[in-house]
Amino acid sequence: MDELLRFVLLRDANTVYVVAGTVLLGIASGLVGTFALLRRESLVGDALAHAALPGVCAGFLLAGERRLAALLGGALLAGWLGTQAIALIQRRSKLKDDAAIGIVLSVFFALGMVLLTYIQTLPTGAQAGLDKYLFGSAASLVGRDVAVIGAVAALAAGAVALLYKEFKLLCFDAGLSASLGFPRGLLEAVLMTLLALTVVAGLQTVGAVLISALLIAPAAAARLWTDRLPVMLALAAAFGAASGYVGALFSSLGGSLPTGPLVVLSAAGIFCVSLVVAPERGLAARLLRRRRTNARIRGENALKHIFLIEEHLANPALVSGEDVAAHHSVGVRDALAMLEGLRRRGWVERDGAAWSLTPEGSTEARRIVASHRVWETYLARELALPPDHLHRDAEDMEHVIDRDMLGRLDEELGHPARDPHGTRIPRPEERP
Amino acid sequence: MTAHVVSAAVPALEVHDLSVAYRSQPVVWNVDFELPPGVLCGVVGPNGAGKSTLFKAILGLLPTASGFVRVLGKGFESQRLRVGYIPQRESVDWDFPTDALDVVLMGRYGRLGWFRRPSKADRALAMECLEQVGMADFARRQISQLSGGQQQRVFMARALAQQADLYFLDEPFAGVDAATERSIIDLLRALRDRGATVLVIHHDLQSVAEYFDWILMLNMRLVACGPTADTFTPENLHRTYGGRLTLLAEAVERLRAAREGRTAS
Repeated sequence: MDELLRFVLLRDANTVYVVAGTVLLGIASGLVGTFALLRRESLVGDALAHAALPGVCAGFLLAGERRLAALLGGALLAGWLGTQAIALIQRRSKLKDDAAIGIVLSVFFALGMVLLTYIQTLPTGAQAGLDKYLFGSAASLVGRDVAVIGAVAALAAGAVALLYKEFKLLCFDAGLSASLGFPRGLLEAVLMTLLALTVVAGLQTVGAVLISALLIAPAAAARLWTDRLPVMLALAAAFGAASGYVGALFSSLGGSLPTGPLVVLSAAGIFCVSLVVAPERGLAARLLRRRRTNARIRGENALKHIFLIEEHLANPALVSGEDVAAHHSVGVRDALAMLEGLRRRGWVERDGAAWSLTPEGSTEARRIVASHRVWETYLARELALPPDHLHRDAEDMEHVIDRDMLGRLDEELGHPARDPHGTRIPRPEERP
Repeated sequence: MTAHVVSAAVPALEVHDLSVAYRSQPVVWNVDFELPPGVLCGVVGPNGAGKSTLFKAILGLLPTASGFVRVLGKGFESQRLRVGYIPQRESVDWDFPTDALDVVLMGRYGRLGWFRRPSKADRALAMECLEQVGMADFARRQISQLSGGQQQRVFMARALAQQADLYFLDEPFAGVDAATERSIIDLLRALRDRGATVLVIHHDLQSVAEYFDWILMLNMRLVACGPTADTFTPENLHRTYGGRLTLLAEAVERLRAAREGRTAS
């Protein structure tokens, strides 16, 4: 508890650096990752991160010491070379994107591992801590590192604010964008540079292996919550920041647990929760909608059933819960619950154990039956199907054909009086 | 109505000896034609004839092997904003997080230039364009929730918002309902009547004579280009659809292979 308080109040200087670093990195990743996701280039971030590793090592070897500018410059250059190599393979061979990315990613990474191992053998190399760039080491962040991450986050936010409209058009319709005079190559290079800078900024915090998850997960989670790009950008930045904060918190509470992987796990957690609970696109919302639809279909079937019995007996008939249960192969209790639901909607009324349709219920039932029979007529005419091939299809269709579509079908068929089986087609608006 | 101080002597579009042989794109070879201002021109030809490739090459979206293009008497670069473009509907991601009004506003981006955001006036104009295509009620609708015909109407509204003098429409009638086709052709006629020149890639040969006053017939090379009445003849149709020029395709492929150091397949 005491530790939690110390963390939340940012009591330790080191905690301040870790939290600031991971949160700022999360913001940059969310913003840049959103455009990578929309351009379907999520894997490019991964390739860039792996390609950056040999660049970092080369920068160290050239500078002879762990000089930040040399490491960043090397990483940027190697990342750029990596993306160019991918583009070249795509253009000059028959290989597809995934193969090109896979090859470049692993080859650059292998080169990086060779250089890294060599550096570890050097007297200056062992204490340089370059091996931290594999999986990150947020605990080793110092003020200067945080300043670099902050600058990258500010640059990403500034570029997105300034070039929002240009980026959006490029992602949605690159052809129109170019025809209007926004050079495609230039805009793509700007986006790629932002991606590379974010990856490089994240090397020390999250590491080359994991940074791509932080680029993709917050943006992917944000997409589930909204259909508006400005909201998606804001949410992705917020999710990225939250992942950074929660990851740093757990790392601090857990003693020696690594920050980078915890940040990535937090981002994955946010994505999983979004996948389930997001409105519209979430699994829970879909499940709920499906259950509601199924309940509606059962109700409509019960209504139709009463209508068919009444139609058959030609006098206002008395239908029991047992009749409905037998017809739908459900228990009597379920059948009664269904009928009770229809009664609450004002579609049926009860007299002792007998149920009958109200005028409103009768209208609704006629709509369903009309949908069924008009659809059978339509199939018989347009697909030339024999009468014994029509019923099953119409059993499903009657629940999705609304009044508007029924009207249009009816119109197209010239308001037929009888269906292909010779049964009269009722109309919702007719009075019994 | 500002557009039409253009003298009839200046063609709306001149394409000179344009050739394209770019990666997997269909080959287009030595295409040379002129279009006067104020015509509605259908572009027909079989699959793989290079219709979309020709459009993209004219618009500078693909590198050309040779040739040049002039728009309203000047080089294409300086006339960009007088050119409107609707790509094939399937070429964009309709699950993109945006709504119909925002897509129409994209038609204004060229005039806005770098960094500037659409103004109130741009919004009003975009709404007006949606109104013209009968989609005003759907302005705030997420674009993936629109039907194919509605999406094409939104694209049409975006083209109107470009307020161009020369339009390139890549299959605006593909997969749309009859009502949408009717309303799009009416809008295209209105554009032509106010002096714009409109090129439309089209597949239904039945409606060519009714829809277009000019016709451009393409099959890797230009077969014919002129007023529909004299040009859309059985003979030209036979030359356009009578099979690929296999030897031209093979020769061009050899040329590309030689340049790229491959063996020709």
